[in-house]
Amino acid sequence: MSATSSTIVSLPDQKTATLPKKNYINAEDGLMSWLTTGDHKRIAMLYLISITFFFLIGGIFAGLIRLELLTPQPDLVASDTYNKLFSMHGIVMVFLFLVPSVPATVGNFLIPIMIGAKDLAFPKINLLSWYLYLAGAGFILAAMILGGVDTGWTFTTPFSTHFSNTHVVTAGLGVFIAGFSSIFTGLNFIVTIHRMRAPGMTWFRMPLFVWSNYAASILMVLGTPVLAITLVLVVLERTIHIGVFDPTLGGDPLLFQHLFWFYSHPAVYIMILPGMGVISEVMSTFSRKRVFGYTAVAFSSVAIALFGFFVWAHHMFIMGVSNYSALVFSLLTMLVAVPSAIKVFNWAFTMQKGSITFETPMLYALAFIGLFTIGGLTGVFLGSLGMDIHLTETYFIVAHFHYVMVGGMLMAFLGGVHFWWPKMVGRMYPESLSKLSAVITFVGFNLTFMPQFILGYLGMPRRYHSYPAEYQVMNVLSTAGATVLGIGFLLPLIYLAWSLKYGAIAGNNPWQATGLEWQIQSPPLTENFVETPIVTQEAYDYEWLAHKTEQEVTTVG
Amino acid sequence: MDNTIVATHESHAEEHHHHASLPQHRHHFETEEQQREAGTFGMWLFLLTEIMFFGGLFFAYLLYRNWYNPAFVAASNQLSIPLGTVNTAVLITSGFFMALAVWAAEVRKKGMLVLMLVLTTVFGLGFLGVKYFEYKEKWEKHHIPGANFDISEFVNPPLNPKTGKPTEEPLAPDMAQKTQVFFSLYFAMTGMHALHMIIGIGLLFWYTARAQRGDFSSGYVAPIENFALYWHFVDIVWIFLFPLLYLINRHPV
Repeated sequence: MSATSSTIVSLPDQKTATLPKKNYINAEDGLMSWLTTGDHKRIAMLYLISITFFFLIGGIFAGLIRLELLTPQPDLVASDTYNKLFSMHGIVMVFLFLVPSVPATVGNFLIPIMIGAKDLAFPKINLLSWYLYLAGAGFILAAMILGGVDTGWTFTTPFSTHFSNTHVVTAGLGVFIAGFSSIFTGLNFIVTIHRMRAPGMTWFRMPLFVWSNYAASILMVLGTPVLAITLVLVVLERTIHIGVFDPTLGGDPLLFQHLFWFYSHPAVYIMILPGMGVISEVMSTFSRKRVFGYTAVAFSSVAIALFGFFVWAHHMFIMGVSNYSALVFSLLTMLVAVPSAIKVFNWAFTMQKGSITFETPMLYALAFIGLFTIGGLTGVFLGSLGMDIHLTETYFIVAHFHYVMVGGMLMAFLGGVHFWWPKMVGRMYPESLSKLSAVITFVGFNLTFMPQFILGYLGMPRRYHSYPAEYQVMNVLSTAGATVLGIGFLLPLIYLAWSLKYGAIAGNNPWQATGLEWQIQSPPLTENFVETPIVTQEAYDYEWLAHKTEQEVTTVG
Repeated sequence: MDNTIVATHESHAEEHHHHASLPQHRHHFETEEQQREAGTFGMWLFLLTEIMFFGGLFFAYLLYRNWYNPAFVAASNQLSIPLGTVNTAVLITSGFFMALAVWAAEVRKKGMLVLMLVLTTVFGLGFLGVKYFEYKEKWEKHHIPGANFDISEFVNPPLNPKTGKPTEEPLAPDMAQKTQVFFSLYFAMTGMHALHMIIGIGLLFWYTARAQRGDFSSGYVAPIENFALYWHFVDIVWIFLFPLLYLINRHPV
């Protein structure tokens, strides 16, 4: 690889190349073969289609919110409707898109392949988890169609239990069921990673994508049940009026906050960690170097998972927790910044002296690093007690978590989908169009959310549908940005669908990457490997790859 | 429609020459041992999620017990120790038969396995039966949280006919209201526990039918073992619930 080449893409000769005759997509025909499949790759594709659908729904809500905020007057929708819009946007995006996004799609597809296994440990449970996702999503859709829910995605008591007259129970049950889908995904990943690794695939030879999904799985398995019981209590309180959170009966709404955030803070790491894994893979491939500080990056994933469980009360600084616990939680919150910074620095050093090329996944990864850093650093602002009291419940918070969740996770998701798209479907996406859409997304994203930092700092509270006239300029910028962002998200949808039929044949290893997934045919066979691979090299060993391609053998397919 | 294509791995046949490959062996596992280990590991992880699930309830219980101790003490005196003790014994017996069922499956005694599963089910149902009578009593005494909740018994405890003194320390009305928190948690915790028992009994019916069919009599015992882990876990939850709800701070009436 010479330093002057601008691309590493190496595709087979398009005149002679064909897709492998036998692969997981055409192994069996008919809708039923997909709906009853146990193949992790097919389930990943089912997930990909379903979460894209819900991303669109959540996106439509976001669009309506931004349209309403175009003008200071509450003119587009009634205030009740606005409350429902932002609640449904949050619920759909968090529980039906972000939590399953990378793990259930890219992770489901790749984790078994990356560790050299034929499938996840429990294929039927994997399928069950997709059906649970659908069932949960069905409840949430039903709540939406019946008239929506207006509690915010946090289901805050006592509003959700006593005062809201919307469909809290239906939406709550939907989230409860979708939660089990994520528990089962996490459980499946942990067992698979522990028990199904190919011979020679030691823990420290695993790709970092596997490590980060492992850490996220721990959070799913330990955190989600707490959300489940919390929602059960909310539903019981709303339906049969037990008194666990109701202050008139002696309960304490703050207990709800503790239980809810005990899940929902780790949940943000459930959302971001798998994305970080994608970035490690992409950074290494497009810098042609082993990830700098592999061990540190691997352990920082686990450290984030661990620390993530001890910071939940930073969501509650203004809710009347004691000053001492606020102090402790503030300090612990700062601690999470350490492993996150380790990752960012290590990615930066991975690029140092690498042969960097700027294919689409790399553009998304670079966007991730910048936006995640901004999102993460503003998180430190919010973790400090004094700042938090000024900034909490303002647009600063909204901007902060959108920088992490959209700027971070969504960029990683798109980067991951582009990176592994040739492996998933065997065809390339159109490169220049996708580069354009990555840039549009980046610009649109910053235009949408950067003004919100300023708005929040100036004191514009979140969750209101009207605001003083002096905030209008920033809000117009933000809405304009949302439009650009919308185009940036629609483009991939169109050209990825197009590429299914017309994309260039990708071949086994278009990126000349090292992972086991690139050593098999694209799209893979149902059983992934013709023969169980025996791993002898570290992850990201480009010398091994160069050596291997010297004595290239044609693969079966 | 799991991987139907068997990847033949050289060592596969060799490693397992000493016992025939089971029909239940799923082909994405290299060996049966790996399959069995993965199943057990998965079950333990699932139990970990269950611990976290009940953990939320236990946390709420500890918090409110600390805040409203007099109300919790008075309210827990309303629970019947004899019924609770009998139920504990019933549940442990059920767990004992479950352990025997695992043994029966391991030694491949089909009739014994079916019998043990049936006994496990019977004692499990017995537990739920006793629980029904306990709930019924709460209903009659208006100790179900909600609009009909009655605190009079805690404000004006009945008098002891011999001494003429109240059988219980009377509570101020606002503290007496907090007994409702106790009963909320009592029903939430025992209700969740009972729900797990009901799910377990449903599974037991299914496993009994499969055992009758002979599914577990040829050395394939993983489902029985893993279900036993679940069943014992449900027992253990009760072992914590019983003292916390019935026994702590009891005092002679």
